[in-house]
Amino acid sequence: MMKSLIQRVQPLFPFLWPYRGRYGVGLLALVGEVAFWVAVPQIIGRGIDDLQKGVTADKLTLYVGLLIGAVLCKAFFLFWTRMILIGISRDAEFDLRNELYLHLSRLSLRYFQRHRTGDLMSRATNDLNAVRMLLGPGIMYSARTLILMTAAIAILIQISAKLTFYCFVLVPVVAVIVSYFGRQVHHRFEMIQAMMSTLSAKVQESVAGMRVIRAYAKEEMDLRRFQELNAEYVERNRKLIGVWGMFYPALEVLMGLTYVIVLWLGGREVISGQISIGSFVAFNVYMGQLAWPMIALGWVVNLYQRGTASLARLNEIFATEPEIADPPTPVIVGPRKLAVAIPGDGHRSIEQAAAGIEIEFRNLNFAYNGLPILRSIQLTIPAGNTLAIVGPTGSGKSTLASLIPRLFDSPPGTLYLDGVDVRHYRLQDLRRMIGFVPQETFLFSDTIRGNIAFGVDQATEEEIRRAAEIAELLPDIEDFPLGLGTIVGERGITLSGGQKQRAAIARAILRSPQILILDDALSSVDTYTEEKILTRLRNILRGRTAILISHRVSTIRDADLIVVLHEGAIVERGTHEELLEQGSYYPELYQKQLLEEELERA
Amino acid sequence: MTQDHHEEEVLGKAYDSRLMRRLLHYLAPYRGIVALASATMILHSLLQVVGPFLTKIAVDRYLVVTHRQPTFLDSFLSADPAIGLAQITGLYLLALLALFALEYGQTYTMQMVGQRAMYDLRMEIFGHLHRLPIQFYDRNPVGRLVTRVTTDVDVINEMFTSGVVAIFGDFFSLLFIVIVMLQLNATLALVTFAVLPLIFVATMLFRRRVRDCYRRIRTAVARINAHLQEHLTGMSVVQLFNREEKSFAEFKKINAAHQKAFLDSVFAHSLFYPAVEVLSSAAIALILWYGGHQVLGEMLTIGVLVAFIQYAQRFFRPIQDLSEKYNILQSAMASSERIFKLLDTPAGREPSQELAGASAPREATRGIEFQDVWFAYHDQDWVLQDVQLSIEPGETIAIVGHTGAGKTTLISLLLRFYDVQKGRILVDGVDVRDWNVRALRRRLGVVLQDPFLFSGTIESNIRLDEEAVTREAMEEAVEELNIEDFIRALPEGYRQEVYERGATLSVGQKQLISFARALAHNPQILILDEATSSVDTETEFRVREALNRMISGRTAIIIAHRLSTIQRADRIVVFHKGRIREIGSHQQLLAQRGIYWKLYQLQYKQQEVSVTGDD
Repeated sequence: MMKSLIQRVQPLFPFLWPYRGRYGVGLLALVGEVAFWVAVPQIIGRGIDDLQKGVTADKLTLYVGLLIGAVLCKAFFLFWTRMILIGISRDAEFDLRNELYLHLSRLSLRYFQRHRTGDLMSRATNDLNAVRMLLGPGIMYSARTLILMTAAIAILIQISAKLTFYCFVLVPVVAVIVSYFGRQVHHRFEMIQAMMSTLSAKVQESVAGMRVIRAYAKEEMDLRRFQELNAEYVERNRKLIGVWGMFYPALEVLMGLTYVIVLWLGGREVISGQISIGSFVAFNVYMGQLAWPMIALGWVVNLYQRGTASLARLNEIFATEPEIADPPTPVIVGPRKLAVAIPGDGHRSIEQAAAGIEIEFRNLNFAYNGLPILRSIQLTIPAGNTLAIVGPTGSGKSTLASLIPRLFDSPPGTLYLDGVDVRHYRLQDLRRMIGFVPQETFLFSDTIRGNIAFGVDQATEEEIRRAAEIAELLPDIEDFPLGLGTIVGERGITLSGGQKQRAAIARAILRSPQILILDDALSSVDTYTEEKILTRLRNILRGRTAILISHRVSTIRDADLIVVLHEGAIVERGTHEELLEQGSYYPELYQKQLLEEELERA
Repeated sequence: MTQDHHEEEVLGKAYDSRLMRRLLHYLAPYRGIVALASATMILHSLLQVVGPFLTKIAVDRYLVVTHRQPTFLDSFLSADPAIGLAQITGLYLLALLALFALEYGQTYTMQMVGQRAMYDLRMEIFGHLHRLPIQFYDRNPVGRLVTRVTTDVDVINEMFTSGVVAIFGDFFSLLFIVIVMLQLNATLALVTFAVLPLIFVATMLFRRRVRDCYRRIRTAVARINAHLQEHLTGMSVVQLFNREEKSFAEFKKINAAHQKAFLDSVFAHSLFYPAVEVLSSAAIALILWYGGHQVLGEMLTIGVLVAFIQYAQRFFRPIQDLSEKYNILQSAMASSERIFKLLDTPAGREPSQELAGASAPREATRGIEFQDVWFAYHDQDWVLQDVQLSIEPGETIAIVGHTGAGKTTLISLLLRFYDVQKGRILVDGVDVRDWNVRALRRRLGVVLQDPFLFSGTIESNIRLDEEAVTREAMEEAVEELNIEDFIRALPEGYRQEVYERGATLSVGQKQLISFARALAHNPQILILDEATSSVDTETEFRVREALNRMISGRTAIIIAHRLSTIQRADRIVVFHKGRIREIGSHQQLLAQRGIYWKLYQLQYKQQEVSVTGDD
């Protein structure tokens, strides 16, 4: 039993280690507390013995003085025990949460696609808390109970070995009962949790499917289903209550039993003159004060079970190696190539022509979850050129673009930037060269200023406004109540899809990147605004390498090279004019576009 | 689920009598059991004082023989110390067993009452959700509503079962201890109570301090959750823009605020617990000192002194407990406030059932009529403008138009998910606002744009647990749709399990199932909103065949992106930017070379280049 206990606690050690010094001090304070704790019933006992013999009032005052003194000392140590031991758990929680966050921020996009945000959140909050409870109250209460009992036994055995034996013979019984209850309760508790998620899922489903339910007038059926689940939830709770409701009463009876034992056996010893009435009282007081720490043991068992289970779940995250990480010996990138690395005055302005970077795909094949997404991509984009990618949904356009900043990893030796495999750059350096506008715009609930300046270390108000102007967001910003200081998202105003996209564009161009990637970044922007943005972008793009993904011909017709992707392969390539002549997909797309425009005007 | 923690969590006081009264209302149906449990609890508290009292008698009668007033027990007790002690011990044991039975009984019944009351509350909230207008769902994220039904209710349950009950229990324990102490020796009892004001002061100070801490903690927890939620969702953006360090720094700051708030509360607790212990020991010291003097003056027996010491030890635990319950109470108040806010959201404008003259299905169907219909989701942003359309019984109408033309809105209005701002919609000559909503909806068989499937089986998704829809009707619908091979191809056929939101099925398959669902319900009016947009061409061809047979004899409204689906309709209505722009047959409209013609061209191109999701 001891061995398995150690095995299960072992994963905790690395987390405890940094605090070993403070744990030591905390335990010392604990020992100090117990030392004075032990004295209190002794003083009371002696006092009563002397009362029986008829002491002087002075001596009585002495006992009272001693009692108060001991209690004050005990309180002092108790204060520090709690401050130190519980304090450690809060510090450990702080460290653990930071570490967890840092670790998560190193994991790749694929990881976040596979793990639900809700699940990760619950680990960072609920599981972390369970571990904290184990590190703090768990350790404090178990250590305290252990030390208290040792000290109490040591003292009581001197008063009466027999009585001590009979009193503490119950302790193993308590331990067995507590651990039995712990297991039973844990199992039932999990059943309830499972039912709770079923119930949540049901509500989720009903709310999401409310239109269908109403359209078919199925409210009653749905209520009935919910009722069944609700009743099952109550039933499972009943099973827990049946056991759990017994736990504390049972413990209290056991504790009461020690009083009974003291009264019965101790009383007989007093009558036979083996122990004094004072010792009898001291026994009573000791047992009274041990009751709660022993009950707390039961609670500690629960803390311990949940804590270790949660720790295992946290370790799962910590054990995940980042799929995409820095190479062991990264290529050194000169400051020339870093868009935003240069602090202060070295910061290039947005308009200043930048040296683009050559991008080369060498016979690249890429599969995701076993499905081939890209096939034999052979493509070179000379530095400073603009490439446009078109093609039906699911043809691999976005995937192709996301390989460049290594959101996903291309196979080694297939993707080169300025002749260097992307895998040989430090991630930081690689991503600093790139301004990326993803297909799904993600803004943070921060000010518009904060969102636009998100990708740079520092930016002047002027630069931010300039970026917003290029992205055609400035007129909108001026309409907002607080201008650039307006908060967007949950806590602020809601931006339209087009406004979000334009903010994302401003965010990318403020980085003044060597490579600008727009992944269908103008889809929610109307054609008129798009035209304005494109005209300004053309200026910005001078010298930079750019990749534009779009469904609209108007966005891409001026690109140096246009490729059509179909089922992951390049099926057509050329300039706008060339493709109109030779292509098949592209001219159709163009025709369609013209019709759309006509329709727009109808 | 967690975004909404943000500001909401922070509110709330510890006790609000208005909320509490309303909460207690949920216990009303169980008042008999509650009364029983309360009586049990009082009895339990009463029995708790028995132990020290028995100890006192044992001490005074047998251990330190003292002259004193005999109690009623003395007449039953043996004169022989050994037998007498055994008798008292036996009584003690009996009391313990009774205590166990009472406490277990009380806990069990009270917790079950809590469970049942919460069951009722959950049913009420869920039922209310079904009555709220559809607009409500446009505004409120799903996660928030789920929290109301689940987590918030559980927090209240926690208060009912452990919080409030424990407070009452503690109160009675205190009361009985006080009474017994006063009985045993009034002056010594009063001397002991001298520490009480100090305890109250300490508790008040502590409470004030932790209240602030808890408020800060809740704010910090909400911030941590919001930050995590946001940055976990947007992690790739963080990485793309090299903001890992910056976002970590932000997180660390929030995390530090959380830590600081907790350390402050640790400090408050660390101070409070020793303070209470010092005070409770001070009470014992007072007993020893004052009582000791009385013992010396032979005005008090040692037994009473011992009993007082035991009582004093028990006296302070309930007081300490009270402050612990404070947090539970506060959370429960916050949760109930949120729940009641939801329950107080007015339900949809349901016409009184008794306008039933209109609600009874009419024999003579008189078709559907849209008269000068105007509708906007927000203020004056008209989604539909001046829509005039009358659909004859048995007629098939196709509605086409570009994305955002208002086609789906038209259906939502017909189903009365929303009410029109101007004009009216008549079904069988009766304004939809005068219809019993459910009767109206039963009349319409709808396949909505998003083919929503429930978790269950294929069968339960088609029949929707409707008695009237027999197995035969279901199989007939599937046969009529020509899709029985698809269902037979599934390992379990009709019993094939469907997961949440139909996760394992393709969109096309889901559309077919929801199509079968509509058909099986045998509606008088059939409405298809993009019903076959995602099925493959071959399947669609078969479905279309079936459709042509089905719509004969029924009034039907078909919305379709694929114009091929609708060429057989009696009339085609072209919507553009919220208005009806063209009405006529396929050939007529093509000849007009207007919007329909352009749409048709566009469609044709689209199919040629096989762009699927681009709309």
